Amino acid sequence: MTSLLEMRSITKTFPGVKALDQVNLDVKEGEIHAICGENGAGKSTLMKVLSGVYPAGSYDGEIHYDGQVAEFRNISDSENKGIIIIHQELALVPLLSIAENLFLGNERAANGVINWRDTFQRTEQLLQKVGLKEAPSTLIETLGVGKQQLVEIAKALSKEVRLLILDEPTAALSESDSQALLDLMLELKAQGVTQIIISHKLNEVRRVADTVTVIRDGTSVSTMSAASGDITEDRIVHDMVGRDMSDRYPARPRNPSDILMEVNNWNVWHPEHADRQMIKDVNFHVRKGEVVGIAGLMGSGRTELAMSIFGRSYGRNIGGEVQLHGKSADVSQIDRAIDAGLAYVTEDRKSLGLVLDETIRTNITLANLGDVSNAGVINEHEETQVSEKYRGAMNIRTPSVFQKVVNLSGGNQQKVVLSKWLFAQPEVLILDEPTRGIDVGAKFEIYGIINELAAQGKGVVMISSEMPELLGMCDRIYVMNEGELVGELTAEEASQERIMSLIVTE
Amino acid sequence: MGMEQTNTSLGAYFKHHLREYGLLIALIAIMVFFQIMTNGTLLKPVNITNLFLQNSYIIIMALGMLVVIVAGHIDLSVGSVMGFVGAFAAVMIVEWNMPVGVTMIAALVVGGFIGAAQGYFVAYWKIPSFIVTLAAMLVFRGLSLWLLEGQSVGPFPREFQLISTGFVGDIFPASLSQTLADIAGSRNFNVLSMALGVIAVALIIWMGMRDRARNARYGIQGEPQAFFVVRTAIVSFALLFVMFKLSTFRGLPNVLVSMVVLTVVYAFLTANTTIGRRIYALGGNEKAAKLSGIKTERLTFLAFVNMGILAALAGLIFAARLNTATPKAGFAVELDVIAAVFIGGASMSGGSGKIIGAVVGAFIMGVMNNGMSILGIGIDYQQVIKGLVLLAAVFFDVYNKNKQG
Repeated sequence: MTSLLEMRSITKTFPGVKALDQVNLDVKEGEIHAICGENGAGKSTLMKVLSGVYPAGSYDGEIHYDGQVAEFRNISDSENKGIIIIHQELALVPLLSIAENLFLGNERAANGVINWRDTFQRTEQLLQKVGLKEAPSTLIETLGVGKQQLVEIAKALSKEVRLLILDEPTAALSESDSQALLDLMLELKAQGVTQIIISHKLNEVRRVADTVTVIRDGTSVSTMSAASGDITEDRIVHDMVGRDMSDRYPARPRNPSDILMEVNNWNVWHPEHADRQMIKDVNFHVRKGEVVGIAGLMGSGRTELAMSIFGRSYGRNIGGEVQLHGKSADVSQIDRAIDAGLAYVTEDRKSLGLVLDETIRTNITLANLGDVSNAGVINEHEETQVSEKYRGAMNIRTPSVFQKVVNLSGGNQQKVVLSKWLFAQPEVLILDEPTRGIDVGAKFEIYGIINELAAQGKGVVMISSEMPELLGMCDRIYVMNEGELVGELTAEEASQERIMSLIVTE
Repeated sequence: MGMEQTNTSLGAYFKHHLREYGLLIALIAIMVFFQIMTNGTLLKPVNITNLFLQNSYIIIMALGMLVVIVAGHIDLSVGSVMGFVGAFAAVMIVEWNMPVGVTMIAALVVGGFIGAAQGYFVAYWKIPSFIVTLAAMLVFRGLSLWLLEGQSVGPFPREFQLISTGFVGDIFPASLSQTLADIAGSRNFNVLSMALGVIAVALIIWMGMRDRARNARYGIQGEPQAFFVVRTAIVSFALLFVMFKLSTFRGLPNVLVSMVVLTVVYAFLTANTTIGRRIYALGGNEKAAKLSGIKTERLTFLAFVNMGILAALAGLIFAARLNTATPKAGFAVELDVIAAVFIGGASMSGGSGKIIGAVVGAFIMGVMNNGMSILGIGIDYQQVIKGLVLLAAVFFDVYNKNKQG
C-alpha cells in the first residue's frame, strides 16, 4: 500500500516548550490510523501542524501528502487537498438547519443566491451516507451530540474528503452512539476514505484501527499494525505511559463503616417544564470510607440528582431529606451544602468547575476562601502555601501555582478541581464523570486520590458512564434509569451485563 | 510537553507584563508630548491642580465601573445618575434650604437606591445589564430635566462648593512655609502637601520592599529587581514632582484627597479581600463561582449599589465644582468612564482588570482632554483622537494576547 500522508521529523517548539520532537507519522492510503497518547503528549499539536493551523515554516520537518511535499499556510489550504478535521468541540451553528450547516461557507449557490432544492437534495444524499435519519431542515440544536457528530462527518463528506481526522469522536457519545459511529468509520474506509482517529478509548481503537501510532512527551514512540496482530490494549497503555500498568484500578482496603449520608424520598421537577418529574423517589446512602457508584445511561438523571442535592443547583419543587450522621442537614443553598460537608465535582470542568483565566491558586481556594483569610482579607502567602501543598500532593504538573488553568491539560485541570473541593474539607464528595477526557496515566492518579479519600473515612459518590471504571472502583453500585434508582448491586454481584439488564428490563 | 515553563529572563518578563508597564509608559509619553507641545503649560502647578479637579468625578466613577465590568456587566446609566443626583442635591439645598450635610447623605442614599433598583433587575431577573442601564440612562436623564424644570439651579453655599474646590489647609508654621517658598522661588509653599508626598513615597518604597522580602521568603517569584527599582523610582519621582508642584500652588485639593483615599480602598478591596476575589471569579465564570458556593446574585446586586453610590458622589463633586446643577450635567460621561476602564486593561467579558489600571486609564483620557484643550484643538478632533486611543489600547491588548497564545 502506498502512503497518503507522511510526516517526517516534525519538530514544533513554543517559547520554552518543545511540543513535538522529531515526530514521524505514516498513514497509508485507505486505512484507519489511530493516534494514541496521554493528554499533553502532542497529538493536537501534530494535527494542527498537519492542517495548517500552524503554517509551514513555523515548524521543522516535512509533510508529504499524496506524493508531494505539502506546505499548508492555513486551514483552507489543507481542506482544498481533502484533509478535514472534526474537532472534539463540534463547530456547528445550533440555530441553523442541518442543510445550512452542511454547506456553510460552501453554499450551493449561483451569484450569491442559494439553490435550496439542490442544497436539500445533496443533504439528503449525504445524510443517507452517514445513516442519519433526519430531515435536512431540522435545526442542529434539536439533535443530540451523537447525531451532531454524524452531521459533522456528512459535512466533511460534502467536501470531497480524502483524509478525515476525528479528534476524540466518541468522548461525549453514549455506548450505542459510539458503536454506530465506529461502524460508520469502517464503512467509510470501505469506500476508500483514509481516516485518522485520536482516542483514549483503547477498545475502540483496537476495533477500528489498522495501524496505531503512540505519541509520548512529544515524540512518536511506536507504531503497531493490525495486520501483524501486535495491537493490544496493554501494549498501547505501556507505550503511552512508558511503564507497565498491571492494574488499571489501584487496590484499597475495603471496610466501609457507619452510614454517613442518607438521601430519602428525593423528588425533583424540571426547572422549566414544571410537569416533568426528573427524579422520582430516590433513596440511597453512603457509608464512611465507601465508594458508591451511580451507573446509568446519559440522560438518566444522574447529574440532575447530584446537582439537586448540592444546594438545589438544579430543578424546582425539590422534595425529600438529606441526612448527615443521622441528622437532617440543610443543603438548601450551595454554601450551606458546602458547610454541611458536601462537595460536588461537576462533569463539565471547563464551564462549571474552573475559572479558566485565573491561576491554579485562585481556583483551589475559591470554595473555601474563609480558611485563607482573616476578617475578609485574604492572606496571600497562606493561600500560596495551601495551594502549593495541593499541587504537590495531587501531582499537578506545573512549575508553580501561578499558572493559569486554561493552559493545563485535562488531567491537571481535573486535579485542580479536586484540590478545590478537598480544600473545602468535605465529608461526602460527589464526583460526576471524574475521569472524562483524561488520559490513562492521569486516570490512574485520580483513582488513587479517590482511594485515599475513602481511606480517610470520607464518603465518595461516583457517577460514571464508563462501566469498567465503576466496577473497578466501587463498593456498591446503584443503577439509575429515567430518574429512578432501578437497582443496587454490591461489588461482588456487579458486572456490565447485570447493570445493562437492570437498565433495559426496568 | 511535561512542565509548562515560566521564563524568568528580563525580556520575557517585560513581554508578559507589557500591558501593565505599557500603560504607565503611555501615560508618561502622553504627558511628555503635551508638556513639550504646550510649552510647559501642562505641568504648571495651576494646571496640575486643574487636572485633578477636572477628572476627579471620572476617576471616582471609574472605580465603581471597574467593579461592574469585572463582574461581567456594564453600566451605561452613570452619567445620567450623576446628573440626576447633582440636580437632586441642588433642589434640596437651593429650593428646600436643607443643610449641606443632610443633603449629601440623602444624595448618596438616593444613588445607592438607584443602583439597587438596577442591580435588582440585572442580578435577580437576569436582564442584560446593557438593557437595564440603557433604560435607566434615559429615565434619569428625563428625571433630571423634570426636577430642574429645564433650568440651572444654583449657586450653592460655600461649604458645599468646598468639597470640590477647597484645599487642605497647612498645619505647619507660616515661617517654615515662607522659607521653603523662597527656596522654591514661588509665592507660597504648602508644607503639608509636600510632607504628605514624602511620606507617601516612603510608604510605597517600604511596602514594595516588604512585599518582595515576603515573596522571597515564601519562594514566590515576583517582579525582577531591575523592574521593581525602575518602576518604583518613576512612580516616586512622579509623585514627588506632582506634590511639589501642588505645594507651590494652593496645596492639596480636597477632592484629590477623597480620590486617593477611595482609590486605595478599592484597590485593597479588589485585590486583597474575599469579596474582591469572588467578584473576579463571578466575572471569570459565573457558573463555576456559583457552584463554589459564592452568592453570585448578591454580589452582582452589590456591584450596582456601589456604582450608584459612587455616581452620586461624582454628581455632588461635579455640581459643587460648577457651582450649579444643569440638566446637561453628566451627559455622555458614561462613555469616558467606560473608556477609562477599558484603556486600563479590563476585559469586556469580565473577570479581569485592575483598579490602578482604570485610574491610569482615566488620567490618560484626562491629560489628553486637557492637553488638547490647551492647544486649542477643536472638540471635533478631540473626540476622534480619544476614540482612536481607546481602539488602539484595546487592540494592543488583543494583539498581545494573540501573540502569547
